[in-house]
Amino acid sequence: MSNLIKDNAIVADEWTRVVPPSLGEEAVRKQAGKVVLFKLTGEETFTAEQIAATQIPAGKVLVPFTVWLANKDALADRVNQGEVGLLIATHEAIEDVIAAVTDINAFALVAVYVERFADGRIFSIGNLLRTRYGFKNELRAIGDVLRDQLFFLKRSGFNSYLIRADRNAQEALQSLKDFSEPYQGAVDINQPAWRRVNR
Amino acid sequence: MYKYDAIDQQIVNERVAQYRDQTNRYLAGELSEEEFRPLRLQNGLYIQRHAPMLRIAVPYGMLSSKQLRKLAAIAKRYDKGYGHFSTRQNLQLNWPKLEDVPEILAELATVEMHAIQTSGNCIRNITTDQFAGVAPDEVIDPRAMAEIMRQWSTFHPEFALLPRKFKIAVSGTKQDRAIVQAHDIGMEFYKDDQGEMAIRVWVGGGLGRTPILGTVIREHLEWQHALTYCDAIIRVYNLHGRRDNAYKARIKILVKALGIDEFRKQVEAEWAYLKDSPNTITETELARVGQHFETMPYENLPAHDASFDAAIVSNPAFAAWVKRCVHPHRQAGYRAVTISLKPHGHPPGDVTSEQMDVVADLADAYSFGELRASHEQNLILADVKLSDLFAVWEKARAAGLATPNIGLLTDIICCPGGDFCSLANAKSIPIAEAIQMQFDNLDYLHDIGELELNISGCMNACGHHHIGHIGILGVDKDGSEWYQVTIGGKQGNDASIGTVIGPSFSADEMPGVVQRLIEVYIQERTPEERFIDTVRRIGVAPFKAHVYASKETSNV
Repeated sequence: MSNLIKDNAIVADEWTRVVPPSLGEEAVRKQAGKVVLFKLTGEETFTAEQIAATQIPAGKVLVPFTVWLANKDALADRVNQGEVGLLIATHEAIEDVIAAVTDINAFALVAVYVERFADGRIFSIGNLLRTRYGFKNELRAIGDVLRDQLFFLKRSGFNSYLIRADRNAQEALQSLKDFSEPYQGAVDINQPAWRRVNR
Repeated sequence: MYKYDAIDQQIVNERVAQYRDQTNRYLAGELSEEEFRPLRLQNGLYIQRHAPMLRIAVPYGMLSSKQLRKLAAIAKRYDKGYGHFSTRQNLQLNWPKLEDVPEILAELATVEMHAIQTSGNCIRNITTDQFAGVAPDEVIDPRAMAEIMRQWSTFHPEFALLPRKFKIAVSGTKQDRAIVQAHDIGMEFYKDDQGEMAIRVWVGGGLGRTPILGTVIREHLEWQHALTYCDAIIRVYNLHGRRDNAYKARIKILVKALGIDEFRKQVEAEWAYLKDSPNTITETELARVGQHFETMPYENLPAHDASFDAAIVSNPAFAAWVKRCVHPHRQAGYRAVTISLKPHGHPPGDVTSEQMDVVADLADAYSFGELRASHEQNLILADVKLSDLFAVWEKARAAGLATPNIGLLTDIICCPGGDFCSLANAKSIPIAEAIQMQFDNLDYLHDIGELELNISGCMNACGHHHIGHIGILGVDKDGSEWYQVTIGGKQGNDASIGTVIGPSFSADEMPGVVQRLIEVYIQERTPEERFIDTVRRIGVAPFKAHVYASKETSNV
């Protein structure tokens, strides 16, 4: 059974996630964000060799940003046909992604991969995609996605969630409704409580 | 104080249901230990040495008598009949059962209380001056803004999982009493040239392993933009703060690494997008929240009261208490009173259920049914008539709540330490108790005068040892407990971080070490100098020389 929640319902996942092959080398670790501050933040990125060796199958494919960038021209037609989704990792600077794409809305799907539950960068990335960069299509959270993040993800602009394989998506649906009247304005409801309701 | 409306009540009720479900899933094995951890922490539940510890939020330190009675009843029913007020103005229970926490939260919700975001890597309880609204030197009562910020930070979706904890303090006085410079964000409210409420914003302060005082990121922020400007600061931090090393993850490390100018540039760039967005505070909203903090219905009283003056003259014990525990008030004929939770030989900040009931009764009888918790771990009755002070003193004294030591050496600020906390390197409470007993002579204590002594059981610095005039830090050396001593730390506008005097000491040595520090002060002080002034004038060296000289002698 599918573990994908989209717009408050469980649906089949039409997308194939493209994963660069492991070449048995030491993973290159890359700095977080746009500011080069520290040598190590423990976050893996793909090597040029891994990217070159990546096979992209037919059909709807979810492609890591760096893999898409290396195959930009080859994938252009498929992007136009709505067959390419862009996969961003939380340590990739969203402004770099936006700078590299002509039109983010050309992608039918943008997914943000969160390696660990505690990595809250995903919320800022979702917010920026929706509010600053005007992304209108499906925005999906994948990776260590558990039901207790869902309410925050929804409020940060996500509308689909691939629940971690060992968890029950049906039960997770409940958590989208944890709170009925949030205080602050965010992406889903941009007015704070005091502007929505006569308090 | 702020009273919940239907929206506030619904949020805490829904939180109880959510947390009950999370606890059930954990107990049923559906959530692993590691997965449950951030969930329980964001609800203030730690797993401690002997039992879980539950930290209950007291937003900006304000409590009603009804709430305090509920805390007393909860401590009695679910704990061992006492609680501990922390340096974040919260109440901690040291012995609740994990299974009981949902029930405790349900009880708290009935009195408009909760434990939301009292721990974990999120925006924590916002703290302020315990004399907010009554202090004569106050320019702006910051409580309405603190409440607006409390609501904004509660379940803030973008900042639910930050790199590390995030602490905000607000203050509206000339003399800072909220340690705004030791917070991730400090909001100092003032009146600008136009007479409008404005905010000086401090960023990147914090104690812990790397103590750093904050830097002003913006001199003048119009109050309407308080939330969006904080959004901009925390967004930069959320995206770029370190997540690979918990000891390097606070915003202060990012601010230091980037430099304040580059950090400010990034924040301002972010804010350009957020400014004037719907989270901009309106006059209407400020007025709505502000009406909860309007001036109390004071009586028109003369500035003096004959019965009070007479009692001062005839009763030296009462006079001593008034000198230390009674504070000026902006309304003629009224005073603020500190209920000392620092009786000598007891854990600082601890209060029994019976004592909580006594304080609640005092609040009802003499202070409009409200009270405050201070970051110095005492309780405050903010609005007591001069003519009632004697009665308050008698009743407080009968309950062991009138030790006349506020602001003195034995008003020790102290974390729970190794007796309770699993993070601690060393015990802190027994050190506090031993020092209190060493200075149990009240005349001597008053002669030493104002002195802040802070003890933390580890470098996480819950006892704020860096800003103690005397700071004591528990350290672990080869598995045994030692204590490092700093002097010259200070809170306030002229805040400073203390200097380590030298190699650490054993627990037994500590009362003697403090004694010798005091001896140097007594010998060197000028008539008007407090301990901290003498340290600042003559430096650390004479103190160090005397402490270690006697140590060598005793070792021979």
